[in-house]
Amino acid sequence: MLYLIYTKMFEIITQTFFINAFLVTILIGFVASYYGVFIVQRQMSFLGSGLAHSAFGGVALGILLGTQPLLVAVPFTILIALLIAYFKEKTSLSNDTLIGIFFSTAVALGIIFLSLKSSYTTDAFTYLFGSILSVNSTDIIASIILFIFTIIIYFAFWSRWAYSTFDVELATVDKLPVKFDNYILSVAVALTIVISIKVIGIILISAYIVLPASIARLISKTFYQMTIASIIIGILTGLIGLFISIFVDLPSGAVIVLLQSIIFLSVFIFKNKFSQLENQ
Amino acid sequence: MENSAIEITNLTVKFNHFVALENINLSIPKGKFIAILGPNGSGKSTLLRTILGVITPTGGNITIFGTKNSNIKPEMIGYVPQMKTLDKFFPAIGLELVLSGIVHKWSKKLKLENKNKVMEIIEQLGATSFVNKPLNQLSGGQLQRLYLARALVHKPQIILLDEPATGVDFVCETNLNSIINSYSTLHSTTVLMVTHDWTSAYHHTEDIILLNKNLVFYGDKNEAFTDENLKHTFSHYGDKHNVVFNLHQNV
Repeated sequence: MLYLIYTKMFEIITQTFFINAFLVTILIGFVASYYGVFIVQRQMSFLGSGLAHSAFGGVALGILLGTQPLLVAVPFTILIALLIAYFKEKTSLSNDTLIGIFFSTAVALGIIFLSLKSSYTTDAFTYLFGSILSVNSTDIIASIILFIFTIIIYFAFWSRWAYSTFDVELATVDKLPVKFDNYILSVAVALTIVISIKVIGIILISAYIVLPASIARLISKTFYQMTIASIIIGILTGLIGLFISIFVDLPSGAVIVLLQSIIFLSVFIFKNKFSQLENQ
Repeated sequence: MENSAIEITNLTVKFNHFVALENINLSIPKGKFIAILGPNGSGKSTLLRTILGVITPTGGNITIFGTKNSNIKPEMIGYVPQMKTLDKFFPAIGLELVLSGIVHKWSKKLKLENKNKVMEIIEQLGATSFVNKPLNQLSGGQLQRLYLARALVHKPQIILLDEPATGVDFVCETNLNSIINSYSTLHSTTVLMVTHDWTSAYHHTEDIILLNKNLVFYGDKNEAFTDENLKHTFSHYGDKHNVVFNLHQNV
Protein backbone atom coordinates (compact mmCIF):
# COMPACT_ATOMS: atom_id res chain seq x y z
CA MET A 1 0.00 0.00 0.00
CA LEU A 2 2.71 2.47 1.07
CA TYR A 3 4.74 1.45 -1.95
CA LEU A 4 1.79 2.25 -4.22
CA ILE A 5 1.34 5.68 -2.64
CA TYR A 6 5.07 6.34 -2.93
CA THR A 7 5.11 5.29 -6.59
CA LYS A 8 2.12 7.46 -7.42
CA MET A 9 3.59 10.45 -5.58
CA PHE A 10 6.94 10.03 -7.35
CA GLU A 11 5.15 9.78 -10.67
CA ILE A 12 3.31 13.04 -10.00
CA ILE A 13 6.13 15.13 -8.56
CA THR A 14 8.45 14.42 -11.47
CA GLN A 15 5.98 15.77 -14.01
CA THR A 16 6.44 19.29 -15.42
CA PHE A 17 2.94 20.43 -14.47
CA PHE A 18 3.63 19.58 -10.81
CA ILE A 19 6.98 21.39 -10.74
CA ASN A 20 5.25 24.46 -12.24
CA ALA A 21 2.40 24.22 -9.74
CA PHE A 22 4.84 23.69 -6.83
CA LEU A 23 6.81 26.80 -7.75
CA VAL A 24 3.73 28.98 -8.31
CA THR A 25 2.16 27.77 -5.03
CA ILE A 26 5.23 28.85 -3.03
CA LEU A 27 5.46 32.21 -4.78
CA ILE A 28 1.79 33.20 -4.57
CA GLY A 29 1.49 31.65 -1.10
CA PHE A 30 4.19 34.05 0.08
CA VAL A 31 2.79 37.08 -1.70
CA ALA A 32 -0.92 36.62 -0.90
CA SER A 33 -0.34 35.92 2.78
CA TYR A 34 2.01 38.90 3.07
CA TYR A 35 -0.54 41.40 1.73
CA GLY A 36 -3.22 39.52 3.68
CA VAL A 37 -1.96 40.89 7.00
CA PHE A 38 -2.64 44.46 5.87
CA ILE A 39 -6.00 43.51 4.34
CA VAL A 40 -7.08 41.81 7.59
CA GLN A 41 -5.83 44.50 9.97
CA ARG A 42 -7.29 47.32 7.86
CA GLN A 43 -10.61 45.45 7.74
CA MET A 44 -10.52 45.50 3.93
CA SER A 45 -11.35 41.82 3.30
CA PHE A 46 -14.13 42.77 0.91
CA LEU A 47 -11.49 44.47 -1.28
CA GLY A 48 -9.98 41.06 -2.08
CA SER A 49 -13.33 39.67 -3.11
CA GLY A 50 -14.20 42.83 -5.04
CA LEU A 51 -10.93 42.94 -6.97
CA ALA A 52 -11.14 39.21 -7.76
CA HIS A 53 -14.56 39.74 -9.30
CA SER A 54 -13.26 42.83 -11.08
CA ALA A 55 -10.48 40.67 -12.54
CA PHE A 56 -13.24 38.58 -14.11
CA GLY A 57 -14.06 41.58 -16.35
CA GLY A 58 -10.41 41.74 -17.47
CA VAL A 59 -10.16 37.98 -18.00
CA ALA A 60 -13.36 38.02 -20.07
CA LEU A 61 -12.04 40.88 -22.21
CA GLY A 62 -8.80 38.94 -22.74
CA ILE A 63 -10.77 35.85 -23.81
CA LEU A 64 -12.90 37.97 -26.16
CA LEU A 65 -9.82 39.56 -27.72
CA GLY A 66 -8.18 36.14 -28.08
CA THR A 67 -5.05 37.20 -26.16
CA GLN A 68 -3.49 35.85 -22.97
CA PRO A 69 -6.25 36.81 -20.41
CA LEU A 70 -3.65 37.70 -17.76
CA LEU A 71 -2.21 40.46 -19.96
CA VAL A 72 -5.59 42.21 -20.08
CA ALA A 73 -6.71 41.33 -16.53
CA VAL A 74 -3.61 42.90 -14.89
CA PRO A 75 -4.11 46.49 -16.15
CA PHE A 76 -7.91 46.12 -15.90
CA THR A 77 -7.82 45.11 -12.21
CA ILE A 78 -5.16 47.68 -11.31
CA LEU A 79 -7.35 50.37 -12.89
CA ILE A 80 -10.35 49.25 -10.80
CA ALA A 81 -8.20 49.18 -7.62
CA LEU A 82 -6.91 52.70 -8.29
CA LEU A 83 -10.44 53.95 -9.03
CA ILE A 84 -11.69 52.52 -5.71
CA ALA A 85 -8.79 54.20 -3.83
CA TYR A 86 -9.33 57.49 -5.71
CA PHE A 87 -13.08 57.61 -5.05
CA LYS A 88 -12.48 56.71 -1.41
CA GLU A 89 -10.15 59.69 -1.10
CA LYS A 90 -12.40 62.13 -2.95
CA THR A 91 -15.86 61.16 -1.66
CA SER A 92 -17.44 60.36 1.68
CA LEU A 93 -18.59 56.94 0.42
CA SER A 94 -17.39 53.91 2.38
CA ASN A 95 -14.91 51.37 1.01
CA ASP A 96 -17.61 48.66 0.93
CA THR A 97 -19.97 50.82 -1.15
CA LEU A 98 -17.28 51.73 -3.67
CA ILE A 99 -16.02 48.15 -3.98
CA GLY A 100 -19.64 47.02 -4.50
CA ILE A 101 -20.16 49.58 -7.27
CA PHE A 102 -16.94 48.86 -9.14
CA PHE A 103 -16.93 45.10 -8.88
CA SER A 104 -20.55 44.85 -10.05
CA THR A 105 -19.71 47.06 -13.03
CA ALA A 106 -16.67 44.92 -13.86
CA VAL A 107 -18.64 41.67 -13.55
CA ALA A 108 -21.42 43.11 -15.75
CA LEU A 109 -18.80 44.01 -18.36
CA GLY A 110 -17.28 40.51 -18.05
CA ILE A 111 -20.66 38.83 -18.68
CA ILE A 112 -21.22 41.01 -21.76
CA PHE A 113 -17.69 40.29 -23.08
CA LEU A 114 -18.20 36.52 -22.63
CA SER A 115 -21.63 36.60 -24.25
CA LEU A 116 -19.99 38.11 -27.33
CA LYS A 117 -17.68 35.10 -27.59
CA SER A 118 -19.31 31.80 -28.59
CA SER A 119 -16.70 29.26 -27.27
CA TYR A 120 -15.65 30.55 -23.87
CA THR A 121 -16.77 28.02 -21.26
CA THR A 122 -13.53 26.15 -20.47
CA ASP A 123 -11.32 29.23 -20.13
CA ALA A 124 -13.82 31.10 -18.02
CA PHE A 125 -14.31 28.13 -15.69
CA THR A 126 -10.55 27.85 -15.20
CA TYR A 127 -10.48 31.38 -13.86
CA LEU A 128 -13.66 31.06 -11.81
CA PHE A 129 -12.64 27.95 -9.87
CA GLY A 130 -8.87 27.81 -10.46
CA SER A 131 -6.89 24.96 -11.96
CA ILE A 132 -3.38 23.98 -11.06
CA LEU A 133 -3.11 22.00 -14.29
CA SER A 134 -3.51 25.13 -16.38
CA VAL A 135 -0.43 26.93 -14.97
CA ASN A 136 1.81 27.82 -17.91
CA SER A 137 5.15 29.58 -18.42
CA THR A 138 3.47 33.03 -18.51
CA ASP A 139 1.95 32.37 -15.06
CA ILE A 140 5.34 31.30 -13.69
CA ILE A 141 7.10 34.39 -15.04
CA ALA A 142 4.28 36.60 -13.69
CA SER A 143 4.56 34.92 -10.26
CA ILE A 144 8.35 35.39 -10.14
CA ILE A 145 8.03 39.09 -11.07
CA LEU A 146 5.31 39.55 -8.43
CA PHE A 147 7.46 37.79 -5.83
CA ILE A 148 10.48 40.03 -6.53
CA PHE A 149 8.20 43.10 -6.51
CA THR A 150 6.83 42.00 -3.10
CA ILE A 151 10.31 41.48 -1.62
CA ILE A 152 11.17 45.07 -2.63
CA ILE A 153 7.83 46.26 -1.23
CA TYR A 154 8.53 44.42 2.04
CA PHE A 155 11.78 46.29 2.66
CA ALA A 156 10.49 49.65 1.42
CA PHE A 157 6.96 49.72 2.81
CA TRP A 158 6.41 47.27 5.69
CA SER A 159 7.24 49.75 8.48
CA ARG A 160 5.21 52.55 6.85
CA TRP A 161 2.20 50.39 6.04
CA ALA A 162 2.27 48.83 9.51
CA TYR A 163 2.37 52.27 11.15
CA SER A 164 -0.56 53.64 9.15
CA THR A 165 -2.44 50.37 9.69
CA PHE A 166 -2.03 50.88 13.44
CA ASP A 167 -3.02 54.57 13.42
CA VAL A 168 -3.42 56.55 10.23
CA GLU A 169 -3.53 59.82 12.18
CA LEU A 170 -0.16 59.26 13.86
CA ALA A 171 1.37 58.21 10.53
CA THR A 172 0.07 61.41 8.90
CA VAL A 173 1.35 63.55 11.79
CA ASP A 174 4.78 61.89 11.37
CA LYS A 175 4.66 62.99 7.72
CA LEU A 176 4.39 59.58 6.09
CA PRO A 177 2.89 59.70 2.57
CA VAL A 178 -0.20 57.76 3.66
CA LYS A 179 -2.30 58.42 0.52
CA PHE A 180 0.53 57.39 -1.83
CA ASP A 181 1.18 54.29 0.27
CA ASN A 182 -2.51 53.33 0.05
CA TYR A 183 -2.35 53.50 -3.76
CA ILE A 184 0.75 51.27 -3.80
CA LEU A 185 -0.99 48.75 -1.51
CA SER A 186 -4.06 48.74 -3.77
CA VAL A 187 -1.92 48.09 -6.86
CA ALA A 188 0.03 45.31 -5.08
CA VAL A 189 -3.18 43.59 -3.92
CA ALA A 190 -4.68 43.88 -7.41
CA LEU A 191 -1.57 42.30 -8.97
CA THR A 192 -1.57 39.49 -6.39
CA ILE A 193 -5.21 38.68 -7.03
CA VAL A 194 -4.94 38.62 -10.81
CA ILE A 195 -1.86 36.42 -10.77
CA SER A 196 -3.29 34.04 -8.12
CA ILE A 197 -6.74 33.47 -9.63
CA LYS A 198 -5.42 30.95 -12.16
CA VAL A 199 -4.55 28.60 -9.29
CA ILE A 200 -7.09 29.51 -6.62
CA GLY A 201 -9.99 30.83 -8.67
CA ILE A 202 -11.92 34.11 -8.58
CA ILE A 203 -14.46 32.78 -6.10
CA LEU A 204 -11.95 31.62 -3.47
CA ILE A 205 -9.08 34.10 -3.81
CA SER A 206 -10.40 36.44 -1.11
CA ALA A 207 -10.40 33.63 1.47
CA TYR A 208 -6.94 32.54 0.29
CA ILE A 209 -5.59 36.03 1.08
CA VAL A 210 -7.45 36.51 4.35
CA LEU A 211 -7.20 33.08 6.02
CA PRO A 212 -3.42 32.77 6.63
CA ALA A 213 -3.36 36.31 8.09
CA SER A 214 -6.40 35.53 10.27
CA ILE A 215 -4.78 32.35 11.63
CA ALA A 216 -1.58 34.32 12.24
CA ARG A 217 -3.55 37.03 14.07
CA LEU A 218 -4.87 34.43 16.51
CA ILE A 219 -1.37 33.31 17.51
CA SER A 220 0.65 36.55 17.29
CA LYS A 221 1.44 39.17 19.89
CA THR A 222 3.02 41.70 17.51
CA PHE A 223 2.37 42.75 13.92
CA TYR A 224 5.80 41.56 12.80
CA GLN A 225 5.14 38.11 14.29
CA MET A 226 1.78 38.14 12.51
CA THR A 227 3.45 38.96 9.17
CA ILE A 228 6.02 36.16 9.46
CA ALA A 229 3.45 33.62 10.74
CA SER A 230 1.04 34.51 7.93
CA ILE A 231 3.72 33.96 5.26
CA ILE A 232 4.76 30.59 6.74
CA ILE A 233 1.11 29.45 7.04
CA GLY A 234 0.36 30.67 3.50
CA ILE A 235 3.24 28.73 1.93
CA LEU A 236 2.81 25.54 4.01
CA THR A 237 -0.98 25.28 3.58
CA GLY A 238 -0.54 25.99 -0.13
CA LEU A 239 1.95 23.15 -0.56
CA ILE A 240 0.09 20.64 1.63
CA GLY A 241 -3.18 21.55 -0.10
CA LEU A 242 -1.50 21.13 -3.49
CA PHE A 243 -0.25 17.61 -2.62
CA ILE A 244 -3.65 16.57 -1.27
CA SER A 245 -5.53 18.01 -4.26
CA ILE A 246 -3.36 16.17 -6.77
CA PHE A 247 -3.40 12.95 -4.81
CA VAL A 248 -7.18 12.83 -4.34
CA ASP A 249 -7.87 14.56 -7.66
CA LEU A 250 -9.81 17.58 -6.37
CA PRO A 251 -9.54 21.29 -7.35
CA SER A 252 -6.39 22.72 -5.74
CA GLY A 253 -7.83 26.14 -4.80
CA ALA A 254 -10.78 24.60 -2.96
CA VAL A 255 -8.58 22.09 -1.11
CA ILE A 256 -6.08 24.79 -0.01
CA VAL A 257 -8.83 27.12 1.23
CA LEU A 258 -10.62 24.26 3.01
CA LEU A 259 -7.37 23.24 4.71
CA GLN A 260 -6.80 26.84 5.82
CA SER A 261 -10.37 27.03 7.16
CA ILE A 262 -9.86 23.81 9.18
CA ILE A 263 -6.62 25.20 10.64
CA PHE A 264 -8.33 28.49 11.45
CA LEU A 265 -11.14 26.71 13.31
CA SER A 266 -8.71 24.38 15.11
CA VAL A 267 -6.50 27.27 16.28
CA PHE A 268 -9.58 29.22 17.35
CA ILE A 269 -10.93 26.28 19.41
CA PHE A 270 -7.50 25.45 20.87
CA LYS A 271 -6.86 29.07 21.80
CA ASN A 272 -10.26 29.42 23.49
CA LYS A 273 -9.77 26.20 25.47
CA PHE A 274 -6.26 27.27 26.42
CA SER A 275 -7.50 30.70 27.61
CA GLN A 276 -10.24 29.02 29.67
CA LEU A 277 -7.68 26.71 31.30
CA GLU A 278 -5.38 29.67 31.96
CA ASN A 279 -8.22 31.62 33.63
CA GLN A 280 -9.17 28.71 35.90
CA MET B 1 7.93 87.14 18.09
CA GLU B 2 11.31 86.08 19.44
CA ASN B 3 10.03 84.13 22.45
CA SER B 4 7.07 82.56 20.70
CA ALA B 5 6.81 78.84 20.05
CA ILE B 6 3.75 78.90 17.80
CA GLU B 7 2.58 81.87 15.70
CA ILE B 8 -0.87 81.64 14.15
CA THR B 9 -1.83 84.41 11.74
CA ASN B 10 -5.30 84.97 10.23
CA LEU B 11 -6.00 81.23 10.32
CA THR B 12 -9.21 80.11 8.63
CA VAL B 13 -10.20 76.47 8.07
CA LYS B 14 -13.24 75.52 5.97
CA PHE B 15 -14.52 72.07 5.00
CA ASN B 16 -16.44 72.77 1.78
CA HIS B 17 -18.81 75.50 3.00
CA PHE B 18 -18.54 74.63 6.71
CA VAL B 19 -16.41 77.08 8.65
CA ALA B 20 -14.42 75.24 11.35
CA LEU B 21 -12.09 78.10 12.34
CA GLU B 22 -12.22 81.75 11.36
CA ASN B 23 -9.51 84.37 11.46
CA ILE B 24 -7.56 83.02 14.44
CA ASN B 25 -4.54 85.02 15.55
CA LEU B 26 -2.44 83.59 18.37
CA SER B 27 1.09 83.96 19.61
CA ILE B 28 1.91 81.12 21.98
CA PRO B 29 5.06 81.67 24.04
CA LYS B 30 7.68 79.05 24.78
CA GLY B 31 7.28 76.95 27.92
CA LYS B 32 3.59 77.61 28.66
CA PHE B 33 1.00 74.95 29.57
CA ILE B 34 -2.20 76.06 27.86
CA ALA B 35 -5.68 74.53 27.80
CA ILE B 36 -7.96 74.93 24.77
CA LEU B 37 -11.61 74.98 25.84
CA GLY B 38 -14.84 75.31 23.93
CA PRO B 39 -18.07 73.49 23.16
CA ASN B 40 -18.36 70.52 20.77
CA GLY B 41 -17.68 71.61 17.19
CA SER B 42 -15.91 74.80 18.26
CA GLY B 43 -12.77 73.87 16.30
CA LYS B 44 -10.50 72.77 19.18
CA SER B 45 -9.29 69.53 17.59
CA THR B 46 -9.22 71.21 14.16
CA LEU B 47 -6.84 73.82 15.58
CA LEU B 48 -4.51 71.10 16.91
CA ARG B 49 -4.65 69.12 13.68
CA THR B 50 -3.93 72.25 11.65
CA ILE B 51 -0.91 73.06 13.83
CA LEU B 52 0.25 69.45 13.26
CA GLY B 53 -0.10 69.91 9.50
CA VAL B 54 -2.73 67.15 9.12
CA ILE B 55 -5.27 69.78 7.92
CA THR B 56 -4.25 72.36 5.33
CA PRO B 57 -5.71 75.76 6.25
CA THR B 58 -8.01 77.59 3.85
CA GLY B 59 -6.29 80.85 4.76
CA GLY B 60 -3.57 82.22 7.00
CA ASN B 61 -0.47 80.48 8.21
CA ILE B 62 1.21 78.81 11.17
CA THR B 63 4.86 78.93 12.10
CA ILE B 64 6.61 76.86 14.77
CA PHE B 65 9.81 78.41 16.08
CA GLY B 66 9.86 80.54 12.94
CA THR B 67 9.48 77.64 10.47
CA LYS B 68 6.29 76.95 8.51
CA ASN B 69 4.47 74.11 10.29
CA SER B 70 4.40 71.89 7.17
CA ASN B 71 8.22 71.99 7.08
CA ILE B 72 9.00 71.13 10.69
CA LYS B 73 10.45 67.77 11.64
CA PRO B 74 8.19 65.25 13.46
CA GLU B 75 10.75 65.14 16.32
CA MET B 76 9.83 68.69 17.34
CA ILE B 77 6.27 67.80 18.34
CA GLY B 78 4.92 65.19 20.72
CA TYR B 79 1.29 64.38 19.99
CA VAL B 80 -1.25 62.48 22.08
CA PRO B 81 -4.31 61.79 19.91
CA GLN B 82 -7.86 61.12 21.07
CA MET B 83 -8.15 57.51 22.22
CA LYS B 84 -10.89 56.84 19.68
CA THR B 85 -8.36 56.73 16.81
CA LEU B 86 -6.69 53.65 18.34
CA ASP B 87 -7.30 50.23 16.77
CA LYS B 88 -7.28 48.05 19.88
CA PHE B 89 -7.23 44.89 17.77
CA PHE B 90 -3.90 45.73 16.18
CA PRO B 91 -1.40 43.16 17.47
CA ALA B 92 1.11 45.25 19.36
CA ILE B 93 2.64 45.60 22.80
CA GLY B 94 3.10 48.85 24.73
CA LEU B 95 6.82 48.96 24.00
CA GLU B 96 6.19 49.14 20.23
CA LEU B 97 3.78 52.03 20.67
CA VAL B 98 6.34 54.05 22.63
CA LEU B 99 9.10 53.12 20.17
CA SER B 100 7.06 54.56 17.27
CA GLY B 101 7.62 57.96 18.90
CA ILE B 102 11.36 57.67 18.21
CA VAL B 103 11.49 55.99 14.81
CA HIS B 104 8.28 57.54 13.39
CA LYS B 105 7.33 54.28 11.72
CA TRP B 106 6.56 50.74 12.96
CA SER B 107 9.65 48.75 13.97
CA LYS B 108 10.42 45.09 13.43
CA LYS B 109 13.02 45.02 16.17
CA LEU B 110 14.08 47.19 19.10
CA LYS B 111 17.65 48.52 18.81
CA LEU B 112 19.61 48.86 22.05
CA GLU B 113 20.07 52.64 21.79
CA ASN B 114 16.31 53.08 21.34
CA LYS B 115 15.53 50.57 24.09
CA ASN B 116 17.41 52.69 26.63
CA LYS B 117 15.45 55.81 25.65
CA VAL B 118 12.14 53.94 25.74
CA MET B 119 12.84 52.32 29.12
CA GLU B 120 13.92 55.64 30.61
CA ILE B 121 10.63 57.39 29.79
CA ILE B 122 8.58 54.32 30.69
CA GLU B 123 10.16 54.27 34.15
CA GLN B 124 9.54 58.00 34.57
CA LEU B 125 5.86 57.52 33.76
CA GLY B 126 5.49 54.41 35.92
CA ALA B 127 4.53 52.19 33.01
CA THR B 128 7.14 49.44 33.46
CA SER B 129 4.69 46.81 34.71
CA PHE B 130 2.50 46.84 31.59
CA VAL B 131 4.85 47.87 28.79
CA ASN B 132 5.17 44.32 27.46
CA LYS B 133 1.44 43.60 27.53
CA PRO B 134 -0.69 43.57 24.35
CA LEU B 135 -2.51 46.86 23.83
CA ASN B 136 -5.93 45.19 23.92
CA GLN B 137 -5.28 44.08 27.51
CA LEU B 138 -4.56 47.57 28.83
CA SER B 139 -6.93 49.94 30.61
CA GLY B 140 -7.70 53.44 29.31
CA GLY B 141 -5.37 54.99 31.88
CA GLN B 142 -2.49 52.61 31.05
CA LEU B 143 -2.90 53.29 27.33
CA GLN B 144 -2.96 57.02 27.90
CA ARG B 145 0.27 56.74 29.90
CA LEU B 146 1.91 54.88 26.99
CA TYR B 147 0.66 57.46 24.49
CA LEU B 148 2.14 60.16 26.69
CA ALA B 149 5.43 58.21 26.90
CA ARG B 150 5.36 57.99 23.09
CA ALA B 151 4.91 61.76 22.87
CA LEU B 152 7.70 62.54 25.34
CA VAL B 153 10.27 59.90 24.37
CA HIS B 154 11.98 62.03 21.72
CA LYS B 155 12.05 65.09 24.02
CA PRO B 156 9.85 67.36 21.90
CA GLN B 157 9.79 71.14 22.16
CA ILE B 158 6.01 71.24 21.81
CA ILE B 159 3.40 68.80 23.15
CA LEU B 160 -0.12 68.70 21.72
CA LEU B 161 -2.77 66.71 23.59
CA ASP B 162 -6.25 66.06 22.22
CA GLU B 163 -8.62 65.26 25.09
CA PRO B 164 -6.07 63.08 26.91
CA ALA B 165 -8.45 62.43 29.82
CA THR B 166 -11.18 60.71 27.77
CA GLY B 167 -11.99 57.36 29.39
CA VAL B 168 -9.59 57.99 32.26
CA ASP B 169 -10.62 58.26 35.92
CA PHE B 170 -10.06 61.36 38.05
CA VAL B 171 -6.94 60.09 39.84
CA CYS B 172 -5.28 58.99 36.64
CA GLU B 173 -6.15 62.27 34.93
CA THR B 174 -4.63 64.26 37.79
CA ASN B 175 -1.49 62.10 37.60
CA LEU B 176 -1.14 62.60 33.86
CA ASN B 177 -1.62 66.35 34.14
CA SER B 178 0.97 66.54 36.93
CA ILE B 179 3.47 64.60 34.80
CA ILE B 180 2.89 66.93 31.85
CA ASN B 181 3.16 69.96 34.11
CA SER B 182 6.48 68.83 35.60
CA TYR B 183 7.86 67.92 32.18
CA SER B 184 6.86 71.29 30.76
CA THR B 185 8.48 73.18 33.65
CA LEU B 186 11.67 71.09 33.55
CA HIS B 187 12.24 71.29 29.78
CA SER B 188 10.53 74.63 29.00
CA THR B 189 8.20 72.71 26.72
CA THR B 190 5.11 74.37 25.29
CA VAL B 191 1.97 72.32 25.93
CA LEU B 192 -1.40 72.78 24.21
CA MET B 193 -4.15 70.58 25.64
CA VAL B 194 -7.66 70.28 24.21
CA THR B 195 -10.03 69.34 27.01
CA HIS B 196 -13.66 69.37 28.06
CA ASP B 197 -12.69 69.34 31.72
CA TRP B 198 -12.77 72.97 32.82
CA THR B 199 -11.86 72.21 36.43
CA SER B 200 -8.77 70.24 35.44
CA ALA B 201 -7.79 72.93 32.93
CA TYR B 202 -8.02 75.58 35.63
CA HIS B 203 -5.97 73.62 38.13
CA HIS B 204 -3.17 72.38 35.89
CA THR B 205 -2.57 74.94 33.18
CA GLU B 206 -1.32 78.52 33.17
CA ASP B 207 -3.22 80.07 30.28
CA ILE B 208 -6.58 79.37 28.68
CA ILE B 209 -7.75 79.59 25.08
CA LEU B 210 -11.53 79.87 24.67
CA LEU B 211 -12.63 78.91 21.20
CA ASN B 212 -15.91 79.01 19.34
CA LYS B 213 -14.75 78.93 15.72
CA ASN B 214 -13.37 82.39 16.50
CA LEU B 215 -10.90 83.11 19.24
CA VAL B 216 -13.00 84.28 22.20
CA PHE B 217 -10.21 84.63 24.74
CA TYR B 218 -6.54 83.90 25.20
CA GLY B 219 -4.70 84.81 28.37
CA ASP B 220 -4.25 84.13 32.06
CA LYS B 221 -6.58 81.47 33.45
CA ASN B 222 -7.75 83.80 36.23
CA GLU B 223 -9.17 86.20 33.69
CA ALA B 224 -10.73 83.59 31.40
CA PHE B 225 -14.02 82.67 33.03
CA THR B 226 -15.93 85.92 32.90
CA ASP B 227 -19.65 86.06 32.06
CA GLU B 228 -18.86 87.78 28.81
CA ASN B 229 -16.27 85.17 27.70
CA LEU B 230 -18.46 82.22 28.61
CA LYS B 231 -21.48 83.70 26.85
CA HIS B 232 -19.44 84.20 23.67
CA THR B 233 -17.92 80.73 23.92
CA PHE B 234 -21.29 79.03 24.30
CA SER B 235 -23.27 81.48 22.19
CA HIS B 236 -24.94 78.76 20.13
CA TYR B 237 -26.41 77.04 23.22
CA GLY B 238 -30.06 77.89 23.94
CA ASP B 239 -30.02 78.51 27.68
CA LYS B 240 -26.87 80.56 27.99
CA HIS B 241 -27.38 81.68 31.54
CA ASN B 242 -27.72 78.14 32.88
CA VAL B 243 -24.57 77.05 31.08
CA VAL B 244 -22.60 79.99 32.39
CA PHE B 245 -23.96 79.49 35.90
CA ASN B 246 -23.01 75.78 35.89
CA LEU B 247 -19.54 76.54 34.61
CA HIS B 248 -19.00 79.15 37.26
CA GLN B 249 -20.07 76.67 39.89
CA ASN B 250 -17.63 74.09 38.55
CA VAL B 251 -14.64 76.37 38.18
